[in-house]
Amino acid sequence: MIDLDDMDRTLLRALSEDATQSAGALARQHGFSQPAIWRRIKRLEDAGVLKERRVVLNAEALGFGVTVFLGVKLATKGRVSLEDFERAITAIPEVQTVQHILGLYDYRVRVVARDISDFERVLRRRIMTLPGVGDVEANVLLSEERRPGPIG
Amino acid sequence: MQPDDTDRRILRQLQAAPELSNNELAERAGVTPATCWRRLEKLQTNGILLGQQAVIDWAALGYTVEVSLRITLDKTQTRAFDEFMEAARAVPEVIELQTFLGRVDVRLSVLARDMAHYQHIYRTKILTLPHIADIEALMHVAEIKSSQGLPL
Repeated sequence: MIDLDDMDRTLLRALSEDATQSAGALARQHGFSQPAIWRRIKRLEDAGVLKERRVVLNAEALGFGVTVFLGVKLATKGRVSLEDFERAITAIPEVQTVQHILGLYDYRVRVVARDISDFERVLRRRIMTLPGVGDVEANVLLSEERRPGPIG
Repeated sequence: MQPDDTDRRILRQLQAAPELSNNELAERAGVTPATCWRRLEKLQTNGILLGQQAVIDWAALGYTVEVSLRITLDKTQTRAFDEFMEAARAVPEVIELQTFLGRVDVRLSVLARDMAHYQHIYRTKILTLPHIADIEALMHVAEIKSSQGLPL
């Protein structure tokens, strides 16, 4: 685990908004030298803080109008059924994220679909037929925002 | 603008590997580098490709606990949503805010260093948020799939 100073925090905030910025652009904007920025980014990458990038697409413009979060409870538990379920659900293209959780449900699943009837198709044909699925609760996403997190 | 198959192919490859150079991306998508560049430009100016964001690995910064709080609001208060969201945005440990149509009104993703820290945040910053009628907490155990890519 590494300790962050103000410069690290500034860079993390800037890159989590736009990861395509060059070291030169970051240097000009925030008043650091370019080599200093390279060193910092390298250090954050080595420490595993900056791991990957996410491409942000306009889902609606690409024909995906509906995002639904499912709470899934497994009917039968045990090591084998968890692994079977996880392997099967991650293979569904419409499934964007799968989180194993502790609480009311076993899994939290993010599903994207063209519209509600397309979602119903995915739910009935692909998700309800998975091995071990029990209770499923669905909530339709209306809005979402990401915050910079505790680096401010 | 209606993205065609070539656009979708380029975006699919970009989603899978955002760090690729234009030449590598063009090769994987089966187009010339010039076409690839032009298409990406066009997708950007038309608001379909919105950008790239760095993903911060919070665990590498010592935030090992992530909790999903599913919150029902007191809707008899007309300003409940706005006031709640505004107050929740001011909590640095809240990294995601989502609103839903369904059994849950709002979901917050909250980061903490450990369970004691989480308990502290929950008591001093979450329970003090306005208009909460009910809260359910789900703790993240593992991320099984997190691509968040669209099935293009």
